[in-house]
Amino acid sequence: MHSSFESSVENPAIEQETRTADELDLPWQVVVHNDPVNLMSYVTMVFQKVFGLTKENAERHMLEVHEQGRSILWSGMRERAELYVQQLHGYLLLATLERTN
Amino acid sequence: MEIRRQGDWIEIAELDPFLAELLRQVPESTNTEEGDVARQRLFSSPAAASEREICAEWKLYVEPELRRLFQTATQIVAADLQQLNGSAKPFADCTLRIPTKNLDAWLNALNQARLVIAAKYDFNEGELCDHYRSPEGSRRDLGLFQVNFYGFLQEFILHELEK
Repeated sequence: MHSSFESSVENPAIEQETRTADELDLPWQVVVHNDPVNLMSYVTMVFQKVFGLTKENAERHMLEVHEQGRSILWSGMRERAELYVQQLHGYLLLATLERTN
Repeated sequence: MEIRRQGDWIEIAELDPFLAELLRQVPESTNTEEGDVARQRLFSSPAAASEREICAEWKLYVEPELRRLFQTATQIVAADLQQLNGSAKPFADCTLRIPTKNLDAWLNALNQARLVIAAKYDFNEGELCDHYRSPEGSRRDLGLFQVNFYGFLQEFILHELEK
């Protein structure tokens, strides 16, 4: 008996996988950097507006920026990360997108 | 100076001529044409310099949009500030009413101004946080006062927006 299963094991066919660009895209992260001029309350408000965070969560990230010099606000696909960085720059925050290691 | 919410307005009353002049200077203070440092701060890099493609696309497509956004905010503020130009007595106290629909533009323009002034005079964190510092009367001291005064207005606007 020669089943198709056996035949595929003996002569494995090389399947060509197709993936979308997004699937191949490595995760990126949105990083906000410390800036002595922007007010703490302003930065908190921006995090709430841009990322829809609760006030407590936004304050936690704001304090991380203030004390550690940076905070990762979001990670995911590049296109969305770029959009977030653009919004943050619109509010004049120091923000960058970085490849996730 | 008195600052309070009055229905659909934020009213800054009893503005003495000095503070009124500082407010008039908000649009002008956002000007980055004089300094590269200020321009670099308002249009900061979106990624490390090694991400050449991202940085190049950003300059081409995103920066013009940001420039338009900042200009629009400044124009709205400049239009509101026209109220301060009609006084018959130039040294009298005056009142400025900011419509609540313009508060986001005010936050943005005040922030632009604070960042540009801070970049121009290279204020450090210690100077910006030292509220007991004795001024020497220099142009730089006035710049620091301006940054703090605009920050005070931002705080009040944020407080009102939170309600």
